Order: sequence, then C-alpha cells, then structure tokens
Amino acid sequence: MNQKNNLIQIKGLRDGLLMTLGAGEWGELQELLFAQIDARSAFFRGAKLALDVGYQALRVAEISKLRDGLSEREVSLWAVVSESPKTVQTAQLLGLATRISKQRPTEKERPLVAGDDESALWLARTIRSGTRIEHPGHVVVMGDVNPGAEIVAEGNVLIWGRLRGSVYVGAALRTEASQSSGAFVCALTMNPIRLQIASEIANPVKGKTSKKPQKVSFKNGKFHFEDWQGK
Amino acid sequence: MSEIITITSGKGGVGKTTAIASLGIALASRGQKVVCVDGDIGLRNLDVIMGLENRIVYDIVDVVEGRCRLRQAMIRDKRLPGLFLIPAAQTRDKMAVSPSDMMRLGDELRHEVDWVLIDSPAGIERGFKNAIAPADRVLVLTNPEISAVRDADRVIGILEAEEKGTPSLILNRVNPGMVKRQEMLSPDDVLDLLAIDLIGVVPEDQSVLIAANRGAPIALDKESRAGQAFHNIAARLMGEDIPFMDLEEKGGLWSRISKFAGRN
Repeated sequence: MNQKNNLIQIKGLRDGLLMTLGAGEWGELQELLFAQIDARSAFFRGAKLALDVGYQALRVAEISKLRDGLSEREVSLWAVVSESPKTVQTAQLLGLATRISKQRPTEKERPLVAGDDESALWLARTIRSGTRIEHPGHVVVMGDVNPGAEIVAEGNVLIWGRLRGSVYVGAALRTEASQSSGAFVCALTMNPIRLQIASEIANPVKGKTSKKPQKVSFKNGKFHFEDWQGK
Repeated sequence: MSEIITITSGKGGVGKTTAIASLGIALASRGQKVVCVDGDIGLRNLDVIMGLENRIVYDIVDVVEGRCRLRQAMIRDKRLPGLFLIPAAQTRDKMAVSPSDMMRLGDELRHEVDWVLIDSPAGIERGFKNAIAPADRVLVLTNPEISAVRDADRVIGILEAEEKGTPSLILNRVNPGMVKRQEMLSPDDVLDLLAIDLIGVVPEDQSVLIAANRGAPIALDKESRAGQAFHNIAARLMGEDIPFMDLEEKGGLWSRISKFAGRN
C-alpha cells in the first residue's frame, strides 16, 4: 500500500497544489487519487489542483469524469500537465491550462529548435474556429484550418488542406535563429488571417490566393512565398 | 425507438426556435409523437412561436425541481395530435438546470414520445451545455452570413470535442437571387467551410415572420416554400431520401449540393 501511495506525489505551488501521478493503469490511479483526497478531505477542500499525468493519453470522457469527481470533493482542477500531446489537446479542448507557471525541469531540457523531427503532432481533422493548438514541435494537419482557429508550433506547420486561420511557427525562436533553421508553413491553399514566423508577421494580400500549394518561409528579412513541391 | 435532437447555432437570431416549432409540426403531421423542449431558460420564446403561451402552468424547472410530474408540464398542441411543448421558466436562469438534469429529463421523455426536440439558447455556455447533454443527434443551424458560419464552426468544434459526433447542418434563410448575384454566401461556400453533412436548406421567406407573430409556425402553411423545406427535413430525419428543393427552378447549383450532401 505504501508503495502504491508513492505513485502520487503532492507538492505545494504558489497558486495551489501540484499532484504528480506515476505510471500505472488510469482507472487505478484515479481511484488512488480520490482515496488520498478522501483520506485528507479537510486539507484538500477548496484546493486548486494541477495534475501532472506524465505519459497518460487521456480522452475527453476520462478528464471530464476526473474533473467531476474532483469537484464533488470540492477540489477544482485547473490544469493538466502531460507529456502526451493527445492529453494536452484534450485538456485544451476542455478549457484547462496545460502549462503551470513553474516550468517543470523536463520542459527546459527539451530542445527548442525547429528541426526536432521526433515531435510532430498529427491532426487528421478540420481545425475549427475557437480551437487553439499549441505544440513544442512540428504540426501536421490533414484537413482545413478554418478562420478563428490558431496553431502555435515551435517547429514547422504542414497543412494538407486550406489554411484560413492563424498560424505561428518557430514560436520559441528569435528572428536570427528562424533564419538559420528556416521555420516554414505549407498549405494546399494559403489564405491565412494571420501568419507569423518567429517574431515576423506576414500580411498576406487579400484576394490574392494562389491556386497552387504554397510554402512560406522567412529569409534575409523577407517573407518567401514559393510553390510547395516535394523534394 | 425515440430520438433526442438538439438544434443549436452559436449565434443568436438565426432561426433555431422557429426551426424547432416547424420541425415539431412537420414530424407530428407525419403521425409522430413529438415534444418540443425550450432550453432557453430566462428568455423563453418557443411557447410564443407555437402560440401556446397562455396555456403554460408548469415549466421545465418545475419538472426538474419536482414541483410537478413530467406529463403536467407537457402542453398539448390542439392543432395536431401528438405534439407537445415543455416551456422554459421565464423567471429563472440557466443555472436552474444542470446537464445531468437534462439527461434525466431526456431519458424520461423517451418513454413518452418518438421525438424530443430541444431548442438550445444562443452561446456556448451553460444553457448550450444543458441543451446538448441529452442529445442523440445535434443539428447545427446557420444563416449564409460569415459571422453565423464562424459561430457554427466553433459550435461544431465543441460538439466534436465533447464526443457528440459530427452534427448535420440546416442552412436557413437562403436567398437564391442574392446567391446568384454573388451577394450572399452560397450553400456550397458554407458546406465547403464547415465540411459536415447537409440535412436541409430553407429559403428566405417573409411569411415565416408573419407566421411566428401569429403563433402558427410556418410548417402549418402548405403554400410556403420555407414550410415545405421543414417538412423535407422531417422526412429526412425519419430516414427518407428526399431530394433538395430546387430553389432556383432551374437546377445547376442545387443538384450539385444534393450530390455534395449525399456523399456518405
């Protein structure tokens, strides 16, 4: 039992509690979490809780069940931190924070260069208005990015569809770095509301939509629009 | 097997309430037992559109808070057998009802009727969450206006995130003349952006407003093309394969849309 309790670590933060869950089966972890809170209900009552779930890939139903379970215990869940892009996305959809003010040490170790080819986020759907996708690596979208949607990536963004929303690539880079690493955006139809590469904002001319797939990059102080061709 | 359907739009004033009233009438006139539920607590309108406002005794909040039985709050529409209304409370707000209350109410109504039609309030807050909670199927209604389409897109995104499945689209107030002169988004433009299945296109029709003011929903008017469009949607909900109306009387555009909508 003692070993089981070690699966959950509790830490005080400036603005609430951070609970870090170890690896394990999600149902069991959730039971354990609730049991710990019930055991010390006076301590937890009214707490603002951030949860670090590690690599757990959680679905909407799971996070909303967790949130409901916590609110029954008068604990409000405000953030879910995770290594799993799926969980981060789910948490964002539910309006939960996915970063806490005190960055975890692992986040600092993460390479912040566009070119980390290990961490592309795959989205096989339409990104609709009001959706904000944030990812520390590359993002690939199989579908349209609609007006009112935002993609913020530290790497590059490839859109196999129409880009009509906002995209911000090379988000962690300064301008010089973006020139050397060449952060770029590709889309089958390039018609963004707003397009930003590192610290540079492009103002695409309205009504001048290219029929061909395009690739946009920032080099030598200028935006380059070129045809997007496989190499 | 009864079905719970919610109509929502994000933006206000696009015709959700009118659509619920007309769909209720269209389904009931096909011999179905239907209850229309007004989900807009605090701003109730559905009773006025259906012409039943002076028959309200109990409302949805009375049912949820146990002051009356479900059947006492179901107002029978005397024009058609099998058509009922559960009105919203006018003196309370959205917080009076929770999504789980709505799910319980929906499950109880399944035993009473074939179709439960829920009118969602505008917005994406509590009232909207209440309205979609019990739904088996959601219909997103929009007008061919950029702002309405943008809001519809947002709502579809939320529905997908809540794992409610992909909704179907009702495009309301289409003016074929304006579309032709390229002064209005065409159904193609809207479908292109929203990328969901179309279940109905309702032409703009002044008689809709007149009918609503008289408390006699447009679907009761056999002459009206808008009313006919709602009858077609009802038929499609019942699984019939009805071609889309030829609004321009000359095909072209509309046959292309029916092809698009019939993709899967």
